[in-house]
Amino acid sequence: MSDGTITRADLAESLYKEIGLSRLESADMIESIINYISEALLRGETVKLAGFGTFSLRDKNERIGRNPKTGVVVPITSRRVIIFKPSQVLRERVDSALSPK
Amino acid sequence: MLRSELIDKLHDDNPHLNRKEMERVVAVVFESITQTLEKGARVELRGFGTFSTRKRDARIGRNPRTGASVNVPEKHVPFFRAGKDLKLRVDASKG
Repeated sequence: MSDGTITRADLAESLYKEIGLSRLESADMIESIINYISEALLRGETVKLAGFGTFSLRDKNERIGRNPKTGVVVPITSRRVIIFKPSQVLRERVDSALSPK
Repeated sequence: MLRSELIDKLHDDNPHLNRKEMERVVAVVFESITQTLEKGARVELRGFGTFSTRKRDARIGRNPRTGASVNVPEKHVPFFRAGKDLKLRVDASKG
């Protein structure tokens, strides 16, 4: 579902409306939050946001992949990926809002 | 990094706002994301990533201890996909 997609600007708008920060300050605040989370992940830290979820890193080993169409074997190099684990609260809110009763 | 540490950093950058207000700022941001997901919509943060929801179909599960089958109803789960920029930078950061 791509209807109603929101971006940084909408998050900034909610700070402007609900906290009363200026529009510029609201936009800066969203940028700072995103940057601090990114920087922590780049330092290899786990980011735990109580009530929302946890971003962590996982190092994957190199493995042999295969192009599913051609069957050609290609090596997949070792890499570090970001994992997001939603909190129990977020899971419950999303599920109760979207799943039929 | 914990939520409280994020609030501390933002507070250091913006000393004209008190810590209580900064707690509200962080709460409002994550509440907005949560409410968007509750509507079944997405939050796209360029360079960082996208929050969305995914549907898990109903299935017949099994109690692993007794082997009894149980109906597991349809579920919707929050999902995050890292953006291209962050993905590449995180991978490049591995030692």
